[in-house]
Amino acid sequence: MAQLIKDKQIVADTWLTLELGENDTAESIALPAGDVIFPFAVWQARKDEILARGGKIGLLIKGEDLVEEVAADIAHFAVIAVNFPKFVDGRGYSTASLLRQRYGYTGELRAVGDILHDQLFYLTRVGFDAYALRDDKSAAYAIEKGFSVFSDAYQPSTTQPQPLFRRRSA
Amino acid sequence: MYKYDAIDRQLLDERVAQFRDQVRRWKAGELSDDEFRPLRVQNGLYIQRHAPMYRIAVPYGMLNSAQLRRLAHIARTYDRGYGHFTTRHNMQFNWPKIEDCPDIMAELAEVEMHSIQTSGNDIRNITTDQFAGVAPDEIIDPRPLAEIVRQWSMFHPEFYFLPRKFKIAISGSLDDRAVTWFHDIGLHLKVVDGEIGFTVIVGGGLGRTPIRGQVIREFLPWQHLLSYCEAILRVYNRFGRRDNAFKARIKILVQALGIEAFGEQVEAEWSHLKDGPLTLTQAEYDRIAAHFAPPAYDTAAGSGDFAEKRAADKAFARWVERNTHPHKVAGYRAVTLSLKPHGVAPGDITDQQLDLVADLADRYSFGEARVSHEQNLILADVREADLHAVWLEAKKAGLATPNIGLLTGIICCPGGDVCDLANAKSIPIAKAIQKRFDNLDYLFDIGDIELNISGCMNACGHHHVGHIGILGIDRNDAEFYQVTLGGRQGNDARLGKVIGPSFSAEEMPDVVEKIIGVYLESRHADECFLDTFDRIGIDPFKNRVYEGRAHGQAKNTERRAA
Repeated sequence: MAQLIKDKQIVADTWLTLELGENDTAESIALPAGDVIFPFAVWQARKDEILARGGKIGLLIKGEDLVEEVAADIAHFAVIAVNFPKFVDGRGYSTASLLRQRYGYTGELRAVGDILHDQLFYLTRVGFDAYALRDDKSAAYAIEKGFSVFSDAYQPSTTQPQPLFRRRSA
Repeated sequence: MYKYDAIDRQLLDERVAQFRDQVRRWKAGELSDDEFRPLRVQNGLYIQRHAPMYRIAVPYGMLNSAQLRRLAHIARTYDRGYGHFTTRHNMQFNWPKIEDCPDIMAELAEVEMHSIQTSGNDIRNITTDQFAGVAPDEIIDPRPLAEIVRQWSMFHPEFYFLPRKFKIAISGSLDDRAVTWFHDIGLHLKVVDGEIGFTVIVGGGLGRTPIRGQVIREFLPWQHLLSYCEAILRVYNRFGRRDNAFKARIKILVQALGIEAFGEQVEAEWSHLKDGPLTLTQAEYDRIAAHFAPPAYDTAAGSGDFAEKRAADKAFARWVERNTHPHKVAGYRAVTLSLKPHGVAPGDITDQQLDLVADLADRYSFGEARVSHEQNLILADVREADLHAVWLEAKKAGLATPNIGLLTGIICCPGGDVCDLANAKSIPIAKAIQKRFDNLDYLFDIGDIELNISGCMNACGHHHVGHIGILGIDRNDAEFYQVTLGGRQGNDARLGKVIGPSFSAEEMPDVVEKIIGVYLESRHADECFLDTFDRIGIDPFKNRVYEGRAHGQAKNTERRAA
């Protein structure tokens, strides 16, 4: 279990994340009731069933999943979880930028997987607002220090759409 | 030169605090070695063969005298009294303690320097031409745009964990002196119909898989520089390979897709970013460019007794010929201080020399100096009337070897003596060649030639683009050297061709001497090495070097007999 950080607090994860086991396929896996985060392939294969089910819907995006393919579905999701298989795998930062800046996603954007203290600042800037910190790391220290590493930034990003040079010359 | 404002300084101070905390957590066991590694390399800190190696960025090669003195101080205080300039405008220290690195970083921050993104899978130090701003063939000074790219690339939240490292070079002159054809992104400034912009080259690189870059866009107006780079980086970050570090550079992605398909993806991405907030403003360009305004040249100064001194003193004349360069302002020249004295590791410099260069810069060159990718230091704005005085002082300090662009002005990585990646030593090869050719008359007769040595296929010595390239390889735990000929930098940049089977270290001075011998016998008047090579091809060199040497089948037979 990871420690879920939201709004600089540790919060309980009220969502069930559906996982595809070795013998499961997106087409055959049973769809649980309640608030569920569905794997990308399950959502793609069974949108209508998932929608008919009731309960809130979340989506899990992994590295190779193309966010473009669910761009039209974004209004259905209350949570989108983006998986970082290793903390040095940076694809999720682009996924988040696209979700927030191009596809207008405004729900919870959750970083899951190998999430450590030193990613938090960058994750926040591209638009994540929930962080499943690995459970062997200090959540208290992450909350205290991890989000306030730098007081400003040069680039435009989700949290600051104007690059520094446009604010400097203003 | 760019001066930090309060925000630039604040970010650097915050970086020092962050790194100090990371080192603390690592020492306390809160960060594992594997978790600390990417964090320390993004601050330029490697664990090497004998000690850590700490790599400091010199953005687009610019240094002021306070920075030079600070580097001297760091060499003295935290290292063994010397440092090494690399082929990417960086300075490396080979013996600091990890625990000292946060303090070194804090000392650097005080003079507006840092080691950020000098390693790791991120956007590295931006490089350009050491004669930027003074070269007669310059179209546009690339430094303001290089500084703009530096700021955009620093701590970019989306591109901080790329598939692999990413290098950008900018050239603003007719002759490309920034090796732009062999960078992940190479930018050539140009003016088309009165509009300033770039030719954008992508997917070049040396290293394990050397590939010449390809033009992805013939003309990009300068205002779109950052949004276009952002589009390239986003496509790369999303689709570059992450399963194999050796296939993770953007050049592999460009090769796999083909430049046209890759270009279409970039254009599609760019269509969303174009004209957005990243579009550069004239106000920002002007703000940055003001830092690079020409210094107060003394155009009335004339040349003093420069001509007389040059005529009277052959040694001075030789130095002027090789180590000074034309300047766009009459009465001035740019001076290269050679870090290639025979018998010293190429690119190495002592604390005392760094202090002296700072003094020379203050007295003779408006307090500034540059680093070249050939691993020398440049005083860009010296009055001709002062050249003799500069020469005398540089000579005393061992910084005036007149071998710039000559055979012994070798470009060389640190190699197996200190580098953990190296397969073979490179510095002893450089020294052995310098010893063999330790005769100025002979060197001047041989003329223009570039010799590059890398201790492994990562190619820090840029051996692929050396006229003579030497690559250290490991064969059954023994060090061997492969030779390439005909590589070159510049507008016609290309990779050298492998001449044949590799050689032992002891053979290398002979091999180079034979190659030079073929050139000297075959050259026409006014032909430099490359001209002759292009005219006669590789075979005469090959025949001479391998003459009487058993190889292939014959060698195996010989080995069996022994």
